[in-house]
Amino acid sequence: MRKLALSDETLLTVEKPARYIGGEVNAQEKDITKVDIRFCMCFPDVYEIGMSHLGIQILYDILNRRTDTFCERVYSPWMDLDKAMREKNLPLFALESQDPVKDFDFLGITLQYEMCYTNILQVLELSQIPIFAKERTEDHPIVIGGGPCSYNPEPIAEFFDIFYIGEGETAYDELLDVYKESKKLGESRIEYLERVAQIEGMYVPTFYDVKYKEDGTIESFTKNNAAAPDKVKKQVEMNLSEAYYPTKPVVPFIKATQDRVVLEIQRGCIRGCRFCQAGMIYRPTRERNLEYLKKCAYEMLKSTGHEEISLSSLSSSDYSHLQELVYFLIEEFGSKGVNISLPSLRIDAFALDVMSKVQDVRKSSLTFAPEAGSQRLRDVINKGLTEEAILGGAMKAFQGGWNRVKLYFMLGLPTETDEDIEGIATLSDKIAREYYTIPKDQRNGKVSIVSSTSFFVPKPFTPFQWSRMYTGEEYIAKARFLRDKMNEQLNRKSIKYNWHEAQVTVLEGVLARGDRRISKVIYDAYKKGCIYDSWSEYFDYQKWMDAFESNGVDIEFYNSRERAEDEIFPWDFIDVGVTKQFLLKEYKKAKGEIVTPNCRHTCYNCGAKVFGGGTCPTIIPDQTNEEVQDES
Amino acid sequence: MKARIKFQKYGAMKFIGHLDVMRYFQKLFRRAEIDSEYTKGYSPHQIMSFAAPLGVGLTSDGEYLDVQLLSCDAPEIMVERMNIVSLEGFRIIGFHPLLDQIEHQKVITAMSLVTAADYMVSLKDGYSIQGISTQQEFKNKFNEFLAQSEIVVDKKTKNSETAVDIKPMITFCAFDEEEYRDKLQTFVLPEAALPITNQIVGYNIPIDSVADSYENGIRIYLQVDTGSASNLKPELVMEAFYRYLDLTFEKFAWQVHRIEVYTKDDESGKVIALNMLER
Repeated sequence: MRKLALSDETLLTVEKPARYIGGEVNAQEKDITKVDIRFCMCFPDVYEIGMSHLGIQILYDILNRRTDTFCERVYSPWMDLDKAMREKNLPLFALESQDPVKDFDFLGITLQYEMCYTNILQVLELSQIPIFAKERTEDHPIVIGGGPCSYNPEPIAEFFDIFYIGEGETAYDELLDVYKESKKLGESRIEYLERVAQIEGMYVPTFYDVKYKEDGTIESFTKNNAAAPDKVKKQVEMNLSEAYYPTKPVVPFIKATQDRVVLEIQRGCIRGCRFCQAGMIYRPTRERNLEYLKKCAYEMLKSTGHEEISLSSLSSSDYSHLQELVYFLIEEFGSKGVNISLPSLRIDAFALDVMSKVQDVRKSSLTFAPEAGSQRLRDVINKGLTEEAILGGAMKAFQGGWNRVKLYFMLGLPTETDEDIEGIATLSDKIAREYYTIPKDQRNGKVSIVSSTSFFVPKPFTPFQWSRMYTGEEYIAKARFLRDKMNEQLNRKSIKYNWHEAQVTVLEGVLARGDRRISKVIYDAYKKGCIYDSWSEYFDYQKWMDAFESNGVDIEFYNSRERAEDEIFPWDFIDVGVTKQFLLKEYKKAKGEIVTPNCRHTCYNCGAKVFGGGTCPTIIPDQTNEEVQDES
Repeated sequence: MKARIKFQKYGAMKFIGHLDVMRYFQKLFRRAEIDSEYTKGYSPHQIMSFAAPLGVGLTSDGEYLDVQLLSCDAPEIMVERMNIVSLEGFRIIGFHPLLDQIEHQKVITAMSLVTAADYMVSLKDGYSIQGISTQQEFKNKFNEFLAQSEIVVDKKTKNSETAVDIKPMITFCAFDEEEYRDKLQTFVLPEAALPITNQIVGYNIPIDSVADSYENGIRIYLQVDTGSASNLKPELVMEAFYRYLDLTFEKFAWQVHRIEVYTKDDESGKVIALNMLER
């Protein structure tokens, strides 16, 4: 029988002990005496969140396919267990073997959002691994980070030995093969890291020095070790249609946020929204093969027993075989009690047909993400959705019996004016007016419109990476202004307006575009008690502000400054394919309110063609051609 | 058609709460491709009901759940199909298709007619009770405790605390397996009196108890009232025992293991295990 790391007494005094016992359906079991490498994969948030993440499931499967490697999982202990572990000095353990993480060869941490940075420090500290990479010895695991936030790893650079810049399918084998070889030769930690630095996509922060100018911006970012490359090149899996997909995902006992089979239908996005980091860093767009997805759906439902299946991608409507796939799922599994959960689709005849088949029209809602309230601002951000399309789609749905609409917007986008903000209120109202054009006896009661705004955060590797971000006060003023405008609308009683917290946004801005000098702030904030910052019940803005102040780090420098065109960014050493030159051109087009059509329509030579595939055309337009298009 | 499934719950799975056990079985049935009946509507779900939900931290040899099926294989095959896709800690040990619903109304509604359950309560290793170091000493003290004319405890409900005499809610107790089986004959219908033996009874598969055993050997077998009419948790008996000894109750010191769940047989006045009803 499996032995657990925690005593009955501890498990029975914490909330949801099932978070810590492992042994779930499809969890791996391996004989630890028969493996060479022990890898612990971490999602630095609570179990239910971490278990819902597809990326970890993919990596878990890939690593465990190797017979010489045992990949296990660890998540952030919830606050009750965190306290108990500190009091009793219990080391954090991996779920499968229940062995201490500190005894592993690797600790891999996925970086999905900035607000989990303090939880990384929690995981390291509870694991009894030194928080700062430079303090680790030959006895400690190699700590490696990856995922979206590794596209600017600098704010957390001091806590990691390695960052992997790219998609998990490609580089882990080499990382582990080199590790075995290095071990066999009895090499030191630093010698191993020198070998790692030579693997494409691997970034070893300690091999680089940063110098700053008097004004605080970066003067130079240079390597200090000959083994390290000048630029770290993003790695992508180009053969996605046949790339391995985990058909036996782990099934948690407790209800996870994603309690369903998730099918990744494509990676990347052709749309090129200018605020969207994922749309740039996952270029080029690559689709998975339809027949392969059908096969995966079968196998995954069979191996997990899940009652629901959903599709995952940045823009499902752009998947070429979407109709065929969705109708297949409905016909094949709908009758077997499997719910088909639809991703956000462009509202058209197909979407409405599918929705009416899989959802209760009276209870479900339509979702639109116009992101900005006016056509002018939607052109700035290159969001192709028009008012006509929204109203047309909504009307079709209303005629089909729907009466609930959800709208998502951002406040604080570059060039935003009061009119743009007011546009959010008037668009919400117009949708309601559209509904009430239907004769009373033909409509389904009152319409309900929920408009939500988040605050815009400029992200690295987007055209808006140069952009000034608003302050917390400015954001709140914008939300209040909009609330007042909402209250002026004719159909105000049918519209509900929600907005996000501004303080978290400010912090997210600093962590997203910060440099190495932020590491100390994160460390101090953690030491003051900051943790689970993405959970409003734990987020403590004042502690963060104190940590910034005691380190003499100015938030305005990172957030409230329009950055110069030639400024060296902390993340410039990463080559994501998409060039800085393209992003700058896009930023200028944004200011000129000029839209850029999607990748399938026209290639604008963003740079992702270097990967040779996906939606990128085989013949790339030359420079002159591109200039002509720009002017049109 | 309805079928009654009997299963064991043990090891690390004792930390899985009742609602998650339900989710576990819903997914298990799908993995085993069991032809469950679903509710109608946009979010169909399987129709199932559990008898006397087990608390977190308890292990069991006798858990029951009823399912509604459209078709099924022979019981032995059903048990095997389910165990192949089950985990260590959940073992299916019985599958009983239930007979004609109208004729056997009592069988069908038995889940809500639970009246009693057997438990084994063991002192975990690493814990001790002051003044008691052997099973004999424990037995003597416990018999003294039970010899009281009444055992009044404060029973907490959502809104209030009331003083209740729990003595009538304890059918019998025993201090080793032999004594337990002997006493069981008196209170349980004969053919159902062998719940933890290796004998094949009906569609049950041979089982060994999954109860954890501890070196100190201190343990007690109890049959207590269970169900909506009258319900006594073994933990409450132990707490009362500590109070009798004038000691502070250590709730984590005891491992509670459920052995069997019963309903009352009106004719004989005895109790009968839930999987014996249709025989």
